[in-house]
Amino acid sequence: MQGHIHSTESFGTVDGPGVRFVIFFQGCPMRCLYCHNPDTWQVSGGHPETVESLLAMYEHNRAFYQNGGITATGGEPMLQLPFLTELFREAKARGIHTCLDTSGICYRPDAPEETEALLAVTDLVMLDIKHIDAEQHRRLTGCPNTNILAFAEKISACGVPLWIRHVIVPGWTDMPDEQEALGYFIGGLKTLKGLDVLPYHTFGKQKYEALGIPYPLGDTAPVSQETAAAAHQAIMAGIRRRLREESNTK
Amino acid sequence: MLKEFAPEWDGFHAGRWSDSINVRDFIHKNYTPYDGDESFLSGPTEATTKLWEQVMELSRQEREAGGVLDMDTKIVSTITSHGPGYLQKDLEKIVGFQTDKPFKRALQPFGGIRMAQQACREYGYEVDPKIVEIFTKYRKTHNQGVFDAYTPEMRLARKSAILTGLPDAYGRGRIIGDYRRIALYGVDRLIEDKEHQKATHFVRMTSENIQLREELSEQIRALGELIELGRIYGFDISRPAQNAQEAVQWLYFGYLAAVKEQNGAAMSLGRTSTFLDIYIQRDLDRGILTEEQAQELIDHFIMKLRLVKFARTPEYNALFSGDPTWVTESIGGVSVEGQHMVTKNSFRYLNTLNNLGTAPEPNMTVLWSKRLPQNFKRFCAKMSIKSSSIQYENDDLMRVTHGDDYAIACCVSSMRVGKEMQFFGARANLAKCLLYAINGGVDEVMKVQVGPKYRPVAGDYLDYDDVMDKYDQMMEWLAGLYVNTLNVIHYMHDKYSYEKLQMALHDRDVKRYFATGIAGLSVVADSLSAIKYAKVKCIRDENGIVTDYEVEGDFPKYGNDDDRVDRIAVDIVKTFMDKIRKHHTYRGGVPTMSILTITSNVVYGKKTGNTPDGRKHGVPLAPGANPMHGRDTHGAVASLSSVSKLPFRHAQDGISNTFSIIPDALGKETKVFSGDLDLDALRQEAEREEK
Repeated sequence: MQGHIHSTESFGTVDGPGVRFVIFFQGCPMRCLYCHNPDTWQVSGGHPETVESLLAMYEHNRAFYQNGGITATGGEPMLQLPFLTELFREAKARGIHTCLDTSGICYRPDAPEETEALLAVTDLVMLDIKHIDAEQHRRLTGCPNTNILAFAEKISACGVPLWIRHVIVPGWTDMPDEQEALGYFIGGLKTLKGLDVLPYHTFGKQKYEALGIPYPLGDTAPVSQETAAAAHQAIMAGIRRRLREESNTK
Repeated sequence: MLKEFAPEWDGFHAGRWSDSINVRDFIHKNYTPYDGDESFLSGPTEATTKLWEQVMELSRQEREAGGVLDMDTKIVSTITSHGPGYLQKDLEKIVGFQTDKPFKRALQPFGGIRMAQQACREYGYEVDPKIVEIFTKYRKTHNQGVFDAYTPEMRLARKSAILTGLPDAYGRGRIIGDYRRIALYGVDRLIEDKEHQKATHFVRMTSENIQLREELSEQIRALGELIELGRIYGFDISRPAQNAQEAVQWLYFGYLAAVKEQNGAAMSLGRTSTFLDIYIQRDLDRGILTEEQAQELIDHFIMKLRLVKFARTPEYNALFSGDPTWVTESIGGVSVEGQHMVTKNSFRYLNTLNNLGTAPEPNMTVLWSKRLPQNFKRFCAKMSIKSSSIQYENDDLMRVTHGDDYAIACCVSSMRVGKEMQFFGARANLAKCLLYAINGGVDEVMKVQVGPKYRPVAGDYLDYDDVMDKYDQMMEWLAGLYVNTLNVIHYMHDKYSYEKLQMALHDRDVKRYFATGIAGLSVVADSLSAIKYAKVKCIRDENGIVTDYEVEGDFPKYGNDDDRVDRIAVDIVKTFMDKIRKHHTYRGGVPTMSILTITSNVVYGKKTGNTPDGRKHGVPLAPGANPMHGRDTHGAVASLSSVSKLPFRHAQDGISNTFSIIPDALGKETKVFSGDLDLDALRQEAEREEK
């Protein structure tokens, strides 16, 4: 079996714990306005790799990854679910920590078996929830968030550790009540282990120019650390509200 | 051989060190490993801050004056040439300058009088005509000696810069005196030891034995002058140091004497922090020193090291991209028994970057091992992020060859302190050598025959096997010419500019490394890869010299953990080193090779024509063993992995890789954005709130 891979990064430090070998899968069904990897959208692009060829790159530099592992990201890795599952299964067999960085968009609640097989060999999921509100989510990404939220609950139900990532974009995700609502939702996830609040940046702009795609967010200014810190607080408040309610209903 | 246990050693554990000169044994019998964190450290004292402000003011004046504040044009620098110099005498815990005042550069003509004159002239000074007369008419210099013996071929290779940066007009440096010996034994005992060495040496007068006897006499004389240098500043360093302040001061006098005598390309300090910690710890235990005072001693010592200055020409500064002194200090490491050698003083040295601010000198070099204590590793990382001023070297790799009392000279050259030295040999430009192979020895920039007139490549496209065959022959020629050129240089340096003080702080029978170096490795690897895996078309000028190349198709590039090209780089290193090994070296020097151009790669790029990898004339070569800029596209680990394949045993003088990364790429900036969530704790907290 072959996967379509956009590229690999041998020194990933922000995509999971430790120093990681990061695999960027080619192809993504979402069109998030602030996407900084538009070069990974096309499903037809990328170059073929096998599980063996990817893990060989990892093994070559294993010494660097002692406290890390591999991270599958993209693009949307779950678009190539069979290949991804095989990759993680073989990695687990070799004792490598596996981390999945996903939007969850490919999850089908009516056919969960294949996803369960993947989660069985996944050590950590980093789930990027773009927006808690269904309609806003559709406007921001071109897709509904129903399955994404269902996927979050599935991960939790399968007992797989989960980090939630959320990007703060001016005019899109900077409303405190929505942030609080997001917190309320993720506060119900039993395996939640981390929260990354990422300030929107404009590093992706150049790629759009190179690809000849108009940049959807135009001159939207990057987000300051203070704003991101405030958002973090709002989300934490939502988490606490959920936890209080749960302790009440006990 | 030595006398009784000195009273100054009271409180130290005796050992072999107390019967013979053996600093390593002293350290291992007496040092206190430290596993804690940096919380014990002190900030700058009022005196430190005042002195540093004065230094900053003088630095400003120096910049405004065009780079030099004052130069000595009349007094030839020797160990005892100048009276004492101070910033503010009563504030300085550690004293001594190269001349009679700070920021005044000394006149050091033994390497070459013309270089000294040029350096002065560039800054509006004129060397006293009397001195010029002496050093042209009556006293020959190293530079003149070398040019008396050079062959026309050597001169041409130097001019075309296929051999470059040769220490034939300036001091070779790269020798580290064991300055610790002065503090531990006092100079009298060292003289006694040297007299003994001389008295027990061969009496059959071969030229080698005569040379060594003469050198031992020179060394003894230098040690006598060293005592005098101490006296000039009011200290008696003929006896051992009896407290921490004296230990730092005695040690510094040794270093100061060395830089008064030699304007070497790299004047490194050695491995002093853990040694000095023993003295500081003894004083702390005795209650006669506080942590604040201990830090002050180190701050003032480091301040002095930052103020070491030499008179150099703008060409020299261009070659080295600045005016480096390479006061390298090696910190940390692990002993051969497996015990780490980090002490509180290792922290104090790095803490000077807090107390005095960031600076490139002294070149703080951490001998890194997996087994260094976690707290020290963390502190190093923190200080690196803060200052970008720490260099790291692989102790686990070097310990195998050099044991646990070696230090780094310049940036990567490792040697046992006081037991090994090196003959610094600059480097051969292997990228240019490849172009010579293609053009049959004709220089692509000067358009003259420099190398042997071998058959140049024919046809429009380069053939890998044909180029490799020609390259192998051209490297054979270059290696021979290179080693012989260095033989001339080091013979003359010993003869006319012998490092008598530094060698007095060595054992008699030293191991001499004969250090060669190469530049342009990644250009060569990529060029050969292009020839092998893509198609490279030759563009010839009107004389038939290949001056440019067109690369058709893509090819594996060094720096991406791709064995197809990385193996080429490894082969080149091994092949050239083996060719170096074939030749006779001066004084039985053990040949080594470095891959380390850190700054001069820019100048080499200007002198190297277009190359088959698509690099254009004038574009800098990559520094050291680095991949070419922008060609490593698979991230830092893949890039480092390519470099790490280079075999240390064939590049024992060191492999450098310049690595810069923006802090954000090393992880999230603050905890706010990537907090681990402890849901259980939050839940308990929520439950408490509800109750």
